[in-house]
Amino acid sequence: MSTVRIAGGQGFWGDWLEAPYRQVTGGPVDYLMMDYLAEVTMSILQKQKSRDSSRGYATDFITQMERILPVIVERGIKVTANAGGVNPRGCALALAEVARKRGLSGKLKIGIVTGDDLLERLDGLLARGHQLANLDTGRPLRDVRDRVLSANAYLGAAPVVEALQQGAQVVITGRVTDTGLTLGPLMHAFGWASNDWDRIAAGTVAGHIIECGAQCSGGNCLHEWKRVPDLAHVGYPIVEARPDGTFDVIKHPNTGGRIDVAGVTEQLVYEMGDPRSYITPDGVADFTTIQLRQGGKDRVQVSGVKGKPATDKLKVSVAYFYGFKAIGTLVYAWPEALAKAQAADRILRQRLQDLKLEFDAIHTEFVGANATHGPLAMKQLDPDDLPEVQLRIGVRSSDKARVDRFTREIAPLILNGPPSVTGFAGGRPKPEEIVAYWPALIDKTLVKPAVEIMSV
Amino acid sequence: MKKRLLEIAHARSGDKGDTANIGLIAKHPKYYPLLVKQVTAARVARHFKGMIKGPVERFELPNLQALNFLLHGALDGGGTISLKTDAQGKVFSTALLRMEIEVKR
Repeated sequence: MSTVRIAGGQGFWGDWLEAPYRQVTGGPVDYLMMDYLAEVTMSILQKQKSRDSSRGYATDFITQMERILPVIVERGIKVTANAGGVNPRGCALALAEVARKRGLSGKLKIGIVTGDDLLERLDGLLARGHQLANLDTGRPLRDVRDRVLSANAYLGAAPVVEALQQGAQVVITGRVTDTGLTLGPLMHAFGWASNDWDRIAAGTVAGHIIECGAQCSGGNCLHEWKRVPDLAHVGYPIVEARPDGTFDVIKHPNTGGRIDVAGVTEQLVYEMGDPRSYITPDGVADFTTIQLRQGGKDRVQVSGVKGKPATDKLKVSVAYFYGFKAIGTLVYAWPEALAKAQAADRILRQRLQDLKLEFDAIHTEFVGANATHGPLAMKQLDPDDLPEVQLRIGVRSSDKARVDRFTREIAPLILNGPPSVTGFAGGRPKPEEIVAYWPALIDKTLVKPAVEIMSV
Repeated sequence: MKKRLLEIAHARSGDKGDTANIGLIAKHPKYYPLLVKQVTAARVARHFKGMIKGPVERFELPNLQALNFLLHGALDGGGTISLKTDAQGKVFSTALLRMEIEVKR
């Protein structure tokens, strides 16, 4: 195969519903890659599964697949998606049902990748001395064991490759890395060895560029943002890869958005740590070796990517119950909108103090003045002339009753606080459960990815 | 003369736990050495004084004419814990672009 085209169809669960259809119909592609999983998503899915054991996957995926199934079967387009969440088999069953309804019996093989879910194995691992220590704080997982909601290892491209080799047209995974969903098809199509570190790194970089959907093709792009054409019809990105590991980032013709060096660079630095060591289960990519070149309109050529051997660990993401929070807002109008909001904040805090309500954190922002840029913005504005300021005050505590009491202190300010206040139509804020994340490492040898094929 | 970074660079940021990252990208290769020389980790830490609790690390990407900054303790615990509007540090990048540096005419 001389080139392989992998289209990015979803950058997160909640991304544009139209994108996958546009990607498989807008021009030739070989693979459609869809990323659904953020850390927060896994715990939501675990909660859904605990209420109904057939759930626990990204349901959007089924809706989207129902629409594109006839096209991908006809054109032989393969799909990789981590839509399986904490129930890849349930996701595959739902997809199979939809495929049969669409008259595609006998025409579809679904690959199912599991083995990432560690929830049932946690106690065994801890008992055998695996601490699963928090990468940021060093604390052992047993400190929060009784509050754990989900625990998943990040799998790499290898099981995706295996599923494709076994003939799967749609590969549904649990917690496979975003980049593995792109690297897998490239390893499969070009026969790259799993220790061909430079090509592994190149495929990883390709995956990183398209894993956030349109964020590399003109969406959320600061550079000359007003000149990005037709975002209403933005073209999602496509990697056009060659066997040597070089690739171009492109999009379908007659779509909006823009693919240029500046925009791809913005996506490369997104969520970056040490650029010399972008660590995945598959290998370590060195982002300081990436060469970008504008190869024509809406075409960026990527070359030169160097890699290093994979580590012997996998990252584990544990979700655990942390406590409660609530955030209340009120809007104050000119004149002296900021001063009024500040006075309301002082009054509210005094009342909380009088009630002897203590919290792990109280955080106040004045939206319109300092919410995003803090004191950097306050220095440069005329505080008395702002047309309006939103007081936004939040509290956090392990005690739900305290958070609940706080939520009752917002509305009274409307009549017994500073004047010119509005914007409270939403009513009393609700205490929310906080699910927090516990990043850890586990020896690779302890996690065994599994692949099965379901024929429709 | 002094110029805001906004005029000579663009940026994007994201998060990893309680750490925000800012990728700062020169709009033209000629500006990259200015960024390397003047937008040091120490200067960025001063710029964000009062907004972040931890240290600032800097990495260089000359191939992309970009610098990457890690701002530790920037997100009130980060992700779902944070009470901040910008809990995931998405717009820390634009706050950095307010910084002024010296550019020769």
